[in-house]
Amino acid sequence: MDMFVVMLALPLVSGALLTLAGERAWAPNLNILASAGTFLAAVLLTVEIVAFGPRFAFGEQFFIDSLNVFFVALTAFVGFTTSLFSGPYMKNERARGKLSVPRLRLYKSMYQFFMFTMLAALTTNNLGLLWVMMEAATLTTVLLVSLYRTPASLEAAWKYFILCGVGIAQALFGTILLYFAAERVLGETGNALLWTHLVGAKAFLDPTIMSLAFVFLLVGYGTKVGLAPLHNWLPDAHAEGPTPVSAVLSGLLLNVALYALLRCKVLADGALPAGFAGNLMMGFGLFTLLVAAFFLSRQKDIKRMFAYSSIEHMGIITFAFGMGGAIANFAGLLHMTLHSLTKSAIFFAVGHAAQKTGTQRMDDIRGLVKINPLIGWGLMLGTLAILGMPPFGVFASEFMILTHAMQHHPWATPLLLLGLGIAFAAIFGRVQPMVFGETEAKRLPHAPAITPVFVHLALVLMLGLWIPPDLARWFHEAARMLG
Amino acid sequence: MSDVPLSAQLINLCAAAILLLAFAMLAQRRVLQLIDLFALQGFALFLSTLIVAVKTGQTHLYFSAALTLALKVAVLPLILRRLVQRLHVKGEVEPLINIPTTMLVGIMLVVVAFNVALPIAQLSATITRGTLGIALATVMLAFLMMITRKKAITQVVGFLAMENGLFLAATSATYGMPMVVELGIALDVLIGVIILGVFFFQIRDQFDSLDIHHLERLKDH
Repeated sequence: MDMFVVMLALPLVSGALLTLAGERAWAPNLNILASAGTFLAAVLLTVEIVAFGPRFAFGEQFFIDSLNVFFVALTAFVGFTTSLFSGPYMKNERARGKLSVPRLRLYKSMYQFFMFTMLAALTTNNLGLLWVMMEAATLTTVLLVSLYRTPASLEAAWKYFILCGVGIAQALFGTILLYFAAERVLGETGNALLWTHLVGAKAFLDPTIMSLAFVFLLVGYGTKVGLAPLHNWLPDAHAEGPTPVSAVLSGLLLNVALYALLRCKVLADGALPAGFAGNLMMGFGLFTLLVAAFFLSRQKDIKRMFAYSSIEHMGIITFAFGMGGAIANFAGLLHMTLHSLTKSAIFFAVGHAAQKTGTQRMDDIRGLVKINPLIGWGLMLGTLAILGMPPFGVFASEFMILTHAMQHHPWATPLLLLGLGIAFAAIFGRVQPMVFGETEAKRLPHAPAITPVFVHLALVLMLGLWIPPDLARWFHEAARMLG
Repeated sequence: MSDVPLSAQLINLCAAAILLLAFAMLAQRRVLQLIDLFALQGFALFLSTLIVAVKTGQTHLYFSAALTLALKVAVLPLILRRLVQRLHVKGEVEPLINIPTTMLVGIMLVVVAFNVALPIAQLSATITRGTLGIALATVMLAFLMMITRKKAITQVVGFLAMENGLFLAATSATYGMPMVVELGIALDVLIGVIILGVFFFQIRDQFDSLDIHHLERLKDH
C-alpha cells in the first residue's frame, strides 16, 4: 500500500464522512482515529523517504524529498495531537452552550479537509497546485474562525478571508509570472510549473521577470505567513476562533505558507543576483519581529498575545532563511519545528485555562496553578520555552540565528535583541500573575486533555538538549537544499 | 499599424473593454448593475480567451474559455444576484465618497501598472503581449474598488474582478496555465463564493445589515 496515497486519502475521506454522517457519538473518535492514521502514514512515508530517497507520486504532480517530508511529519503530528486536545475541549464548549451540534459537525469535517489541504500543499510538485491548496486552506478555515458566530468572530473571519484572499491573489500573479519565465525555458509542455523541472532550469530563468515574480510571491505568501505589515488578520483569527483552530493556524498554516515561500526563494536565488531574495526576506523578517514585539506589550486578550508571539517568531524564521547558508537554514528549520510544537502546546494550555476561568481577558485569569496545577505549569513551561529559555530547544535555534547574524550581518543584531527583549518582558510579565495568583476555582464537565501539552514540551526540551543524529542529518540535508 | 494581425487587434479590443469595464465598476453605485458589469467583464474575458484559442489552436484554451463562460458569465453572477435578492441588500444604492477622486487614483494606478509590465511585455513572444499591462491594471483597479467600498457584497465583486484580471494575465503573458491548475483555481473561486454566501447570512443575522463598518471593532488597544 502506498503510504503517500493513504496519508492524503484518510483526511479527505474522513472529512467527507464526517460531513455526511453528522454528529454521532463516534464522530469525535473518528476525527481522532483519522488523524492518528494520517500521522502513522506520515511516519511510514518518512521512514520510506529516509531509506530510499526522494520519490514522485501521481505522475510528477507530487514530489516528496527530504525538505518537505520533514514538514509532512510535523504537520501530521501536530494535527494528531490537536485532534486529541479538541475532543474534550469541544465537548466542554458544547456543555457551556457556546456551540450547537451542527457546528461541531462543521468543525470536525472542516478540520479534516484542512489537514488534507496542508498535506497536499506540502507534497505537491506543481507550484500552481500549491497555490490552489493554500487558497483551499483559507476556505476551509474561514468558517471555523467564525464558528462561535459572535460579532467579533464574524469580523475576524471576514478580515481573514479578504486579507488572505487579496494576499493570495498577489501570489497567483507571482505564480503566473513564474510560469511565464519558465515557459520560455521549458516550453509549453505543462511541466513548466513543476518544481523539479524548474530547479533544473533555474539559472536560465529571466531575471527581470523573476525579480517581479518573487516580490509578488513574497507579498502573497507573506500575508499568510503573517509578515508585517500584512499581519492584521492573524491576531483576530487566532483570538476569535476556537482554540484548536488557533493551534493549527499557528502551528501548521504559518509553516506551510513559509514553506511555499522557501520553495520560491530557491528558484529566485538561482535566477537572480545573490542576495536579492535574501535581503528582502531579512528586511521583512526584522520589521515583522519589531512590529510584533511592540504590539505584544499592549495586548489584553491571552490568545491575541500569543498570536502576536507567533508573528514575532515568523519574523525571526523569515530573517534566518533570508540570511541563508547552511547554518542559518538549519536554525530556521529547527526554529520552525520548535515553534510549531511549543506554540500549539501553549494554545492547548491557554484553551483549557480560558475554559476553566470562563474568560480570555488576561486581567481576569489568575492563579492557574491552584485551579489545575498541570494546566498552570503547562502554560508556564510553554511560555518559558517560547521565550527562548534554556534548556528548551528554542534557545538553541535562537542562539544559532543570533550568532550567525553577529558574524554576517552585525547591524541586525541589536534589532534582533531589542525585539526578543521586549517580547520577553511583555509575555513573561503577563503570564506570571496568571499562573501564580489568587483565584476561585471552577469545575469542568469533561476532564481536559493535558497529555498533548506535555508531549510537545517534552519534545521541545529534548531538541534543546539532544537532537537525534538521524534528525540532525535530515535537517542538514534539507538546509543544504535551500542553498 | 497595418502589420498587426486581425486576431491581435481583436484581443487588444477585448482587453481594452475589460479595462473600461473595470473603471465602470469603480464608478457604479448600484449593486445589481455592478453584478451585470462583472458578468460583462467575464464575457469580454471569454471572447479574448476564445480568440487566443482559435488563433493558436491550443485545445486546453478552449476548455478554459468554456470554463470562463460557465463560471464568470453564468454561475457566479447568478449566485450573486440570488444573494442580493435573498438578503434584501438595503436600498441597493451605496453611498460612495467622491467618485472623481477615485477615478483619478485609478488612472494613476493604470500608469503604474503599464510601467511595471513594460519590461516583461517586451520579452513575451505571444501574440497577446500588449495585454499584460491591462491585466495588471485591472487587478489594481479591482483592488482599489475593494478598498473604497462599504458593502460586503461589492467587496466580493471586487475580489472576483481581481481574479478576472489575473486570468487575463495568464492568457496574455502565457497561453494559459496548465489545465489542472486552472481547474483548481476555478474550483477555489466557486467554493469561495459559496462559502461567502453562507457567511453573508451569518453577518446579516448578527448585524441586520451587510455594511462592513460593523466589522471594524477588533482593534489593538
